[in-house]
Amino acid sequence: MSPLVAWLPFGVAVWLFVVGLYGIVTSRHLVHLIVCLSVVQSSTYVLLLAVGYRSGALPPILIDVPARTPTVDPIVQALCLTDVVVEVTVMAVLLALAVQAHKRFGTADPTRLRPQRG
Amino acid sequence: MVPPPPLPVAIPLLVAAALVAGNVRPHRRLADGTAIACALVVTALCGLLLVGSLRGPIVYWFGGWSPRQGIALGVDFAVDPLGAGLATLTSLLVSSAMVFSWRYFEEIGQLYAALMMAFLAAMVAFCLTGDLFDLFVFFELMGVAGFALAGYEVEEPGPLQGAINFAVTSTVAGFMVLTGIGLLYGRTGALNLAQIGRSLSLHPVDGLVVVALLLVTCGFLVKAAAVPFHLWLADAHAVAPTPVCILFSGVMVELGLYAVWRVYWTVFAPSLGQARAVTGLLVGVGCLTALLGAVECFRQQHLKRLLAFSTVSHAGMFLVGTALLTSSGLAGAAVYVAGHGGVKASLFLCVGILMHRFRTVDAARLKGRGAAIPVVGGIFALGGLALGGLPPFGTSLGKELIEDAASRSHLSWVAVVLTAASVLTGGAVLREAGHVFLGLGRLERRPLHEIQEPETAGPRWRTPLVMVVPAVVLLAAGLVVGVLPGFPAGVEAAARRFVDSGAYAAAVLQGRSPPRVVPAVAAVPEAGTVVLSGASAAGALLLALLSLYAPPRLRRPGPGRGRLRPAAWFGWAQSGDVTDYVAWLVLGTAVYGLVLALGLR
Repeated sequence: MSPLVAWLPFGVAVWLFVVGLYGIVTSRHLVHLIVCLSVVQSSTYVLLLAVGYRSGALPPILIDVPARTPTVDPIVQALCLTDVVVEVTVMAVLLALAVQAHKRFGTADPTRLRPQRG
Repeated sequence: MVPPPPLPVAIPLLVAAALVAGNVRPHRRLADGTAIACALVVTALCGLLLVGSLRGPIVYWFGGWSPRQGIALGVDFAVDPLGAGLATLTSLLVSSAMVFSWRYFEEIGQLYAALMMAFLAAMVAFCLTGDLFDLFVFFELMGVAGFALAGYEVEEPGPLQGAINFAVTSTVAGFMVLTGIGLLYGRTGALNLAQIGRSLSLHPVDGLVVVALLLVTCGFLVKAAAVPFHLWLADAHAVAPTPVCILFSGVMVELGLYAVWRVYWTVFAPSLGQARAVTGLLVGVGCLTALLGAVECFRQQHLKRLLAFSTVSHAGMFLVGTALLTSSGLAGAAVYVAGHGGVKASLFLCVGILMHRFRTVDAARLKGRGAAIPVVGGIFALGGLALGGLPPFGTSLGKELIEDAASRSHLSWVAVVLTAASVLTGGAVLREAGHVFLGLGRLERRPLHEIQEPETAGPRWRTPLVMVVPAVVLLAAGLVVGVLPGFPAGVEAAARRFVDSGAYAAAVLQGRSPPRVVPAVAAVPEAGTVVLSGASAAGALLLALLSLYAPPRLRRPGPGRGRLRPAAWFGWAQSGDVTDYVAWLVLGTAVYGLVLALGLR
């Protein structure tokens, strides 16, 4: 595997992280903002999977394969799965809050939610 | 007897599930009673774990997957005295919050009790875990329960906005932590804290390790409200239901800091040691946070926002103590956290009582009305003095220990910053005590535009005893921490254990108990610093009187008048706009990264 291809997933992960953050910072709609959050989250999937990938290895299903067959790291998919479950919860709470904010403020623009001043 | 470490996590999770599944809506007292009983049981269990861990770390491997030949395969809980102590403080505060809630809310669904139990389980697990990925999972669980609790009054604009700001900022922080974890896993192939530390120390420190350190530290510092990551805190703390506020301020912020140092001392310390770049950066940030939070605190008239900013200021002081990277600085911060937890929780409960009685927490609308509840006024004023550093409260002892540790690290000027922050935060609370409970002063204040409907219905003519008792108990706890003989020495010994990366790794990976640490003898603050503490409490009182009676020209101007006053410049970042907060988060991370990269080169 050429070095370029080996580094590509890491480049994609960085790109997704940065572009997601840019989206959040410039967002003018809560739903858009939450989608951007999930873009940032996707970067963590790509990173984790890239970390566990091994060139020329089999999937980590150890049935009917000889011992010592190289497989990709089985831990990272468990981590990704946990990550998905955790973040689905966060996104659900956030989307519920966004719907409620739209009802209450009449706008979903995060910059126009009435600021609190003390 | 030492209980199995997962028990204080499993019990509240099961109770939370039962409260949601079982239809207890018609029996609110049943739900509340179950939750109180559960929180008390967890407190007892954590206390037993604390006592048990004094002899040596308690390591528990889930499913019996203990390390083979020194390589961690499974997931563990590793309980040491500081972690167990923090878990005990957490469960104590949850118990008090649930007792306070007994009469506080008119209408509250059973979901409130369930969320509190999930929150409790997440926080306790966060203190006990020895696995980096689990730390992230419990961080997120704590976050989700926290967002839901902050926005519990979901029909109101204030809580909604506070919860959204909290949730978005905290979630971005979570992704930063996760990215850092991914990088560390890629380098070491391990997720166990001790294992990662051991693997990292086999290679020289390079860019990847620095980036991972940056991402994990900044991610957890968002919870710990370090400048410029603190912006979400006031919005969330000011609007969360009062019993929840005592958990946010009393322990959640401190847990962020705990995670920073737990990871630093187990993962990075074996290769970085006591890195001067880390000390320099975080002591600086801590001082900035302490001062900025204190000035903001002094500007507030919304009592919950005032206390929230004082929490920012205190979080800065804890950061200073821990960032010295010495066991004595850490011990000082731990004592301070214990004292602050009691005092600040008690102050929040006093504000909750005001809210319950008078339906507002705006000091302008409350002037002199607090005279009807003199006991609460007394607690509030004592709390203010304790924040100002009145000996022998735990807050003052902790501050003295941090100052001593700083002067031993040749950073004596830190004492000036800590004293200034104590005077300002204590002064702000005492000013409001005089204004609200005694009707003192000539402050011309405009009532705030109410950002939050009262959490409780209708003004009251009496305050239930069940609300006053937790406030008294918590304040007394803050005092006991400061006078208990042997407490500072015990904390010092625990802190030494905490910073001993080698012993931690040996205990986790080889099952070897570390040699018993002889308690330090010199854990008594010097006479000079005690006098300084007393002086800072007196200074806080003086400042409060000054701000109440000074001629109008010198007095703090009312809110919303003229943007060209210097004090307002401190607050301009506090826009209430979450996109700005994330921009600050990115900018802050970049600056931290620059400093770390230059310093650790």
